[in-house]
Amino acid sequence: MPSFQEIILTLKQYWAKRDCVIQEPYDVEVGAGTMCPETFLRVLGPDPYRVAYVQPSRRPADGRYGDNPNRLYKHSQLQVILKPAPADIIEQYLGSLEAIGIDLRKHDIKFEEDNWEAPTLGAWGIGWQVMLDGLEISQFTYFQQCGGIDLDLVPAELTYGLERLTAFLQVKDSVYDIEWGGGFTYRDVRYKDELQYSVYNFEMADIATLWQLFDLHEGEAGRLLGMYDPKSAGKKRFPLLPAYDQVLKCSNLFNTLDARGAISVTERQAVIQRVRKMAVAVAQAWVDQQAPVAVEVAE
Amino acid sequence: MSLPFLLEIGTEEIPDWMIPGALENLRLLFERLGIPHDEVRVDATPRRLVLRAEGLPARQPDSEERIPGPAKSAPAQAVAGFARKQGIAPEELAVESTPKGEYYVYYKKVKGRETKDLLGESLPGVILGIYFPKTMYWTGKGGPRFIRPIRWIVALLGNDIVPFELAGIRSGALTSGHRRLGAREVAVTCADYEHRLRDHYVILSAQERHDRIAGQLDPGRVKADPELVRKLSYLTEYPTTITGSFDPEFLALPGEVLSTVMRHHQNYFSVVEAGGRLAPEFVAVMNIESDPEGFVRKGNERVLRARFNDARFFWETDQKKTLAARKQDLAHVTFQAKLGSYLGKVERMMTLAAELGGDAHAVRAAELCKCDLTTELVKEFTELQGVVGGLYARAQGEPEPVWQAIYDHYKPESMDDSIPRNRTGQIVAVADKLDTLRGCFRVGLVPSGSRDPYALRRAAQGVVKILVEGRLELPLGELIGEDASLRAFFEERVKYYFKEIRGFGYDEVNACMAAGWSNLVDLEARLERVRSLRASPDFEPLAASFKRIKNILRQAGFTGGGTVDTALLEEGPERDLYEEFTRTAGQPIESAISRLRPKVDLFFDKVLVNVPDEKIRRNRLTLLSTLLAEFSTIADFSEIVTNS
Repeated sequence: MPSFQEIILTLKQYWAKRDCVIQEPYDVEVGAGTMCPETFLRVLGPDPYRVAYVQPSRRPADGRYGDNPNRLYKHSQLQVILKPAPADIIEQYLGSLEAIGIDLRKHDIKFEEDNWEAPTLGAWGIGWQVMLDGLEISQFTYFQQCGGIDLDLVPAELTYGLERLTAFLQVKDSVYDIEWGGGFTYRDVRYKDELQYSVYNFEMADIATLWQLFDLHEGEAGRLLGMYDPKSAGKKRFPLLPAYDQVLKCSNLFNTLDARGAISVTERQAVIQRVRKMAVAVAQAWVDQQAPVAVEVAE
Repeated sequence: MSLPFLLEIGTEEIPDWMIPGALENLRLLFERLGIPHDEVRVDATPRRLVLRAEGLPARQPDSEERIPGPAKSAPAQAVAGFARKQGIAPEELAVESTPKGEYYVYYKKVKGRETKDLLGESLPGVILGIYFPKTMYWTGKGGPRFIRPIRWIVALLGNDIVPFELAGIRSGALTSGHRRLGAREVAVTCADYEHRLRDHYVILSAQERHDRIAGQLDPGRVKADPELVRKLSYLTEYPTTITGSFDPEFLALPGEVLSTVMRHHQNYFSVVEAGGRLAPEFVAVMNIESDPEGFVRKGNERVLRARFNDARFFWETDQKKTLAARKQDLAHVTFQAKLGSYLGKVERMMTLAAELGGDAHAVRAAELCKCDLTTELVKEFTELQGVVGGLYARAQGEPEPVWQAIYDHYKPESMDDSIPRNRTGQIVAVADKLDTLRGCFRVGLVPSGSRDPYALRRAAQGVVKILVEGRLELPLGELIGEDASLRAFFEERVKYYFKEIRGFGYDEVNACMAAGWSNLVDLEARLERVRSLRASPDFEPLAASFKRIKNILRQAGFTGGGTVDTALLEEGPERDLYEEFTRTAGQPIESAISRLRPKVDLFFDKVLVNVPDEKIRRNRLTLLSTLLAEFSTIADFSEIVTNS
């Protein structure tokens, strides 16, 4: 019975053998692996890329004080980006499940239509949720647009819900009972996170402070983006990655405020638009920054 | 020589609901190629769209192309030039006389093309021409679009490959078996194709997969669900059912919640006991042949247990706050940005329910019916909105008419769905839909084409269905109010309902609606009358006469009014008609029609309306318009399409 960390190591190794860069989690809070620059920005533009990383994904509204066996404030996604998607991508994906010990001749795999969309990122794609014996274990998406931009090469994004997958393999009804590794359970490692962040997100986060932070990060992103000049000779060194960090901060603050019940449904759309506007602006500037600089040839 | 043809488009998993439409489209596009053939059949699994045809010719028939040349009178040089251009001697040209004179013409023999070449050229267009509601690109920006990536193509005419390339894929003779039970590459011929697939755990025929699933369901115990059988037959290549069970403790949850989790979230069939009660079992369909070690069953059982646990947690948590106590929370739930919150909507609905003749129960149901939008259970299972509210209302001791009304108030969800079961529910449902329609039209959220994000067509269609089938004689015209576009919108829905759902003729609907459509119960009664009248041999001629009367009145610019002056009536057909009309006046048209019709016919046969004498002319127009008015309360019969 593989432990949580063995499953992660096996999957990382599997994708490393298929020429993926193995990245560590991004060090800014995100709601999903897709939001990391390794996905959001790398899928843009004409350069091929392959990367895999485990991203702790924070969803404040999903917190349950550590009480619910299936729902987590912070869960771990293994995110794989293959750009462009190889023709045998589904075979490769199924192979990864077999690598962690699932005999697919004895289990039921179904690909059910599920087109992914992230309005705050101006991103969407076509794909499926992958069902293993009735359990959704992965989201499989062919990206079509990101930051409102049609993608040059179509990447495949695979996300594995690692806690679910492990609970499935270890035949555990509660995610807290899964064995993390070294004799520790998931509860040993993560319970305090779940409890304390639930208390903070639902009860104690100071709404006024969070709004202030949101405004500050938005202001900094806006300030930077306002200075980006596509015609500038020095644009390659322009700090778009730090600007994008500010966007991620805003996104996480939005999610926290939302969980705190501080955003009315009417405001919601407007705040999503504010985040989206920044994300799209970063994406557009990024595409411009990556493009080869046109060399002016003297007559 | 006649050849079989096989086309298999191998793809990644296509959404089940799009497959039947795509197949019909594929068939149509193939037929349009105009290649002669015998039987054609289309088949599909989630991973392949297949067209097979018999009896294609190896070559298309030879034909002749007519190439017109210069006039016979043209200089010899020009004639020689034309012939040279066609690659023949001038003597080989024919001469034809045309209305413009005699001309040279060349009948060029066109050799029929190889069918294989023709197919190779056309098939990429056929494949990419298949319509799907949503497509993707996968080879890069500007690349071909299809529902999912195409991964292989089999194209065979007889023993030959029909060669072409599409999206980087070369057509060939290699198919692919079941993802895990079959081989990745399987060589096929037209003759052994279906067999070879079966050897590799792919059942090609959707009907056969359907029957395989249906055949494994115990009709005495498994709740019939033809739509789910159909869906699963397009989600699998080799379907097999398994039966699992769950803890009977969960049966304490409402059956609606259990069924929704099983049906909508897990694609399971429910199992019922002899008495109709849910049994603690389910049937799932897997895409493999068997589950000897019970892995699939156990996995599905665990998923279901987790889902049911969630539902039970929500069910218990939600009960801690009554629906009534949730009303003020609706102030924070937006109904629509321009239309405010659900609290505002609920308050409008309460007023409207009373206006519609609803009693205190109806007003109470209107007050509580949206409160379940703040419950965890509805946030998790949105498709249970209304139902959950009704169940909570029952548990919280609301009277039966109230909880049933809340439970039903989203009904009818489609034209096949039933209307709310009691009067209270019907009134609340109408109030809800009417409020949405009025509000949306007021702020310009009007459906256009296929865009109808607020499902206003369904709402209006629901109002129509409830009023008619609930026999609610409410003045729809007044309820719609002054908004002309909402009126026109409803008029379309009323027409649609009576034509498409109830099967009345479009001219019957037009005729009866021309006589008013504010009271839909009355409209339905009139439609029934016109439909049965139509069987009478006197009806169509009389309808034709009404049309004639209407034309005469219009041409004369006669607007009616006044009474017939009997002194001015001419003896014979005119007075006969008047007397028959006086005798039958007030009688239903059904009993008058057979007596009236010969008199009307005779009148038009013998009597001239447009006589020079102004007084007589006006008197005759008055007679006709009185006659028309008498029967126009049922329908405007001139709208009836007649054969005469």
